[in-house]
Amino acid sequence: MDIIKKAFTKSIWVFHLSVGSCNNCDIEILDCFTPRFDLERFGIQLIGSARHADALLITGAMNKKSVPRMKKVYEQVPKPCVVVACGTCACSQHMFRFSYNVAEPLDKILPVDVYIPGCPPKPEAIIAGIVKAMDKIKKGK
Amino acid sequence: MKYIFYYLIFPGFLFSAVIGLLAGWIDRKVTARLQWRIGPPWHQNFTDIIKLLGKETIIPEGARFTFLFSPYLGLISAVLVTTYLGRSMISPLESFSGDLIVFFYLLAIPALALIIGASASRNPLASVGASREMKLVLAYELPFILAIVAVIIRSNGVIQLGQIIRQQLFFGSNIFSFSGFLGFLVALFCIQAKLGIGLFDIAEADQEIMCGTLIEYSGLPLAIFKLTKAIMFYTLPLFIIVLFLGRDLTPVFLIAKYLMLLGIVILIKNTNPRLRIDQALKFFWRVPTLLGVIAVILALFGL
Repeated sequence: MDIIKKAFTKSIWVFHLSVGSCNNCDIEILDCFTPRFDLERFGIQLIGSARHADALLITGAMNKKSVPRMKKVYEQVPKPCVVVACGTCACSQHMFRFSYNVAEPLDKILPVDVYIPGCPPKPEAIIAGIVKAMDKIKKGK
Repeated sequence: MKYIFYYLIFPGFLFSAVIGLLAGWIDRKVTARLQWRIGPPWHQNFTDIIKLLGKETIIPEGARFTFLFSPYLGLISAVLVTTYLGRSMISPLESFSGDLIVFFYLLAIPALALIIGASASRNPLASVGASREMKLVLAYELPFILAIVAVIIRSNGVIQLGQIIRQQLFFGSNIFSFSGFLGFLVALFCIQAKLGIGLFDIAEADQEIMCGTLIEYSGLPLAIFKLTKAIMFYTLPLFIIVLFLGRDLTPVFLIAKYLMLLGIVILIKNTNPRLRIDQALKFFWRVPTLLGVIAVILALFGL
């Protein structure tokens, strides 16, 4: 069991789910895979299908329409999986907090494991968040 | 007992899986270096497989039993091909007459397994992937047969792997003749399509139809598909080496030839964008088929 857990920390496949973001966080996430930061060094890959994912990276302040879709995607991800809230919008709804079309904060809907604040978060911040996610898996999630 | 050992350990499952996964790592590393990245460590593909073993296997609602059956089908036939290829390289006299035909059918089964599995998963994107894979099989099988036929004609019409190796041992590798060289070129494109990488990453297009045929797979079945692909990544270049570069099959030369083929495939993969399925079909039915026909005619004239 232990070796599987260790393998999990060394090969996180990320499914990137935007639930109404302004695209800034999405661009910064893509920056993590460019030559300067190169997250593939740590076995992290962006993956197309939610069925292959180990981490669900959620960006944006979700509106009421996207909540049921997001729940559906979360159900499609095989467990164990890590849910990462990327950007201030996903963490705490940022300036959209009192907006008419915005639902609850993310962590009231899904069990969020890691928060990456920032508007948008720098690639360094995203890498720090991923290290936190690894620690969380190691401690036995 | 001996055959179980052959099948599971040495030329078979374990050996080919390890080499195939390492080859997959070479692919990823070279790709990364070409893009000025560092790339993953050498054990990355092993880590991926081990991780997938610990994940939940989700079976989509209404999927048939073929959904879980097809990965094993692909793996079993890929391992069988590898075992037999390895054995006939170690002792060419063990091969039986007509084994290339068996090879040809067994090499087609992993693609069939992908199609069966994808069709069983009831996902629209998977069905798109399955239909593309089917068209791709139709496209590359004809030139692949022609390339093999050219080799068979060159070894006096004997459909036997050991005989082909012996022939090359006495008369030099097939690639150094006109027909052999054309056949080699054709086969090089065909193995890329069989592996589904680079130009012909059509059925599994990551960005376009989200892993296409594999979209509904998770956990153990996905790991088995990855292993099958790794084993094919070891088997197909080896097959090409035996057919076209089979003069010197001592370990050092074998590894050098394998790495060379791998390098060519990786470079083609990294310098060319993915084709559309109609472009791939047109390409295969025009250029490699024509080259294959020319190779067969030249082989008939003994060139």
